[in-house]
Amino acid sequence: MPRVDPSTPEGARAALTTMWTIRRFEEALEDLYSRGLLHGTNHLSIGQEAVAVGVCGALEEGDLITSTHRGHGHCLAHGADPMRMMAELLGRVDGYCRGRGGSMHIADVDAGNLGANGIVAGSMTIAAGAALSMRMQGRDAVVVCFFGDGAANEGSFHEALNLAGVWGLPVLFLCENNQYGMSMSQDSSTAGGSVAARGAAYGIEGRRIDGNDLDAVHAAAAEAVAGVRAGGGPALLEAVTYRYRGHSKSDRNLYRTLDEIESWRNERDPVDRFEAAAVASGRLTAEDVDAVRAEARDLLRDAVQRAVRSPEPTVDDLDGAAYAGRSTAAVA
Amino acid sequence: MAEVMSTSRAINAAMRVAMAEDPRVFLAGEDIGVYGGAFGVTDGLLGEFGAERVRDTPISEDIIVGMAVGAAITGMRPVIEMQFSDFVVNAMDPLVNQAAKLHFMYGGNVTVPMVLRLPGGGGTGAAEQHSQSLEAWFAHVPGLKVVAPSTPQDAHDLLLASINDPDPVVLVEHKLLYKAEGPVEVRGSLAEVDAAFAGTVPRRTGGDLTIVSYSRGCAVALDAAEALAADGVEATVLDLRSLRPLDLGPVIASVTATGRLLVTHEAPGPVGVGAEVVAGVVGSEAFDHLLVPPVRVTGRDNPMPYAPGLERATIPQVEDVVAAARRLMAEDD
Ligand SMILES: Cc1ncc(C[n+]2csc(CCOP(=O)(O)OP(=O)(O)O)c2C)c(N)n1
Ligand SMILES: [Mg+2]
Repeated sequence: MPRVDPSTPEGARAALTTMWTIRRFEEALEDLYSRGLLHGTNHLSIGQEAVAVGVCGALEEGDLITSTHRGHGHCLAHGADPMRMMAELLGRVDGYCRGRGGSMHIADVDAGNLGANGIVAGSMTIAAGAALSMRMQGRDAVVVCFFGDGAANEGSFHEALNLAGVWGLPVLFLCENNQYGMSMSQDSSTAGGSVAARGAAYGIEGRRIDGNDLDAVHAAAAEAVAGVRAGGGPALLEAVTYRYRGHSKSDRNLYRTLDEIESWRNERDPVDRFEAAAVASGRLTAEDVDAVRAEARDLLRDAVQRAVRSPEPTVDDLDGAAYAGRSTAAVA
Repeated sequence: MAEVMSTSRAINAAMRVAMAEDPRVFLAGEDIGVYGGAFGVTDGLLGEFGAERVRDTPISEDIIVGMAVGAAITGMRPVIEMQFSDFVVNAMDPLVNQAAKLHFMYGGNVTVPMVLRLPGGGGTGAAEQHSQSLEAWFAHVPGLKVVAPSTPQDAHDLLLASINDPDPVVLVEHKLLYKAEGPVEVRGSLAEVDAAFAGTVPRRTGGDLTIVSYSRGCAVALDAAEALAADGVEATVLDLRSLRPLDLGPVIASVTATGRLLVTHEAPGPVGVGAEVVAGVVGSEAFDHLLVPPVRVTGRDNPMPYAPGLERATIPQVEDVVAAARRLMAEDD
């Protein structure tokens, strides 16, 4: 049974809450950054929330995900505590990685999030290995491997799909196609123009879906995951979406037009669309929507307040920390 | 009871012990199944343990190593063979950016218990792209461990210790050692080998100078020491065995006694393991006991050439070590 069923009132409410939590979380990051309270860089997924929420809601307890540099949404949708994520971004000891990883490297292993990754396509080979591991251990867990449209041009993408295909591994490759790498459009970077179509080369069924329609994402992911879990081998979904913010802090948006950004924001926003659909279908009332928004706002306010009170790590926390076992020379 | 066997048999025996004992252990690599691996190291294991645990992979080094990382962080203990150490270059991301980083980067929430076996070194006529000694690269990376056995027994024990280790271990295997034979006590279980044992050990003792090496360099050093002994010069030969962490205590103690240090390895000298050893000794209490400046006898600073004479000239030979040792002995007389 998927964890969230957005076709029910409870499920719709849960999905909307998570979407708003992601958006408020990332808006809080922008606010903290502009006030000089957040260092480093981060990659925001504002505008892409329906992908993370639709897919993670279609998973079961025990399923695993691997994430990317643009991973706050995946992390929250897979059950992370916003306060511990915020603490990580603030570089505090209560962060998921004790302040060692930051935005691009959050792992919440207890919840089944094997980690975000600062290397484009870096988690694709890891996801295949985790899927092999699940099968060898006789667990019926499915691994969802999130990756970007840009990652589909890395060798790791092709090696991962090939191995997963030839070994029939239980992994769903989930391309979050926001149509750009950093600045390069999918049209100019990707021969054939489609990530989904590449699945065929590896005997994997690939489908392109509307990534800004939460109900559609959830349905496609639930179907794909069920097929993978039933032993059908890997699956590939390409969810078309759009990021409103720059790639990261250094982006001056020179590679696209304001019109393009505005049209996605005004006409195809995943949160707006889901609210409208849920109200129109009677799953939620307008009051429910207001309540969810307020809930997410309060949740984040509280998370930030608690995270800033978490202490900064001290340098002695680094000693031996690169190793789980012995890190110094043996005494012969 | 020790029996005489080749290094490749000793490694094979270690795999058999680990596989029989721990269902989490599995092997993966190119042509390691029915073919038995390019150097025959995994011969017979497919028949014994089956294709699920002795996994032939596509020729895809990136995913071979990345797959191992994913399996390791989710509870398995993969033992990976790179067909030749040179091909690990195609897997640098999963090894250096992933395996070495995840435990630290994720705040200790995952461990990466995997072993990467790298058959390396020259002397086989395989030339530039199949003969390298890349160990210094990996010894440079925090998060990795690097071990380099020189005897069949150590090849056996170090593999078991590496499989038992919670961290990613790069096992440097010299291809010319695979056929070298020696007494091996086959261990009964993984736990019989203490992971902390892999410190520097003496292979020979003498009071006149200290020769430090590892992997196949130890055989060169020992032959050189015998030649020197004929002249009445007695050398201590130390085998580092582990390059990261590096156990310099016995080196410092030996140089304090002999006053002379020679480090030899097949890898080129610049920014190599020898430089690290020399720096460690010079920066220690042994400095005051040095009678002459330490020397390195390393691989020639060029890619491994094909022509036999050129290949030989690129790999440190016994006579090179003997000549350098004689100069060391002469300098302070
Ligand atoms: C191997 C590697 N190359 C380049 C980069 C720099 N970089 C980080 S994100 C990015 C764009 C990735 O595009 P995509 O996969 O579509 O993900 P998106 O940022 O759109 O979510 C680039 C070039 C990197 N982190 N890793
Ligand atoms: Mg993209």
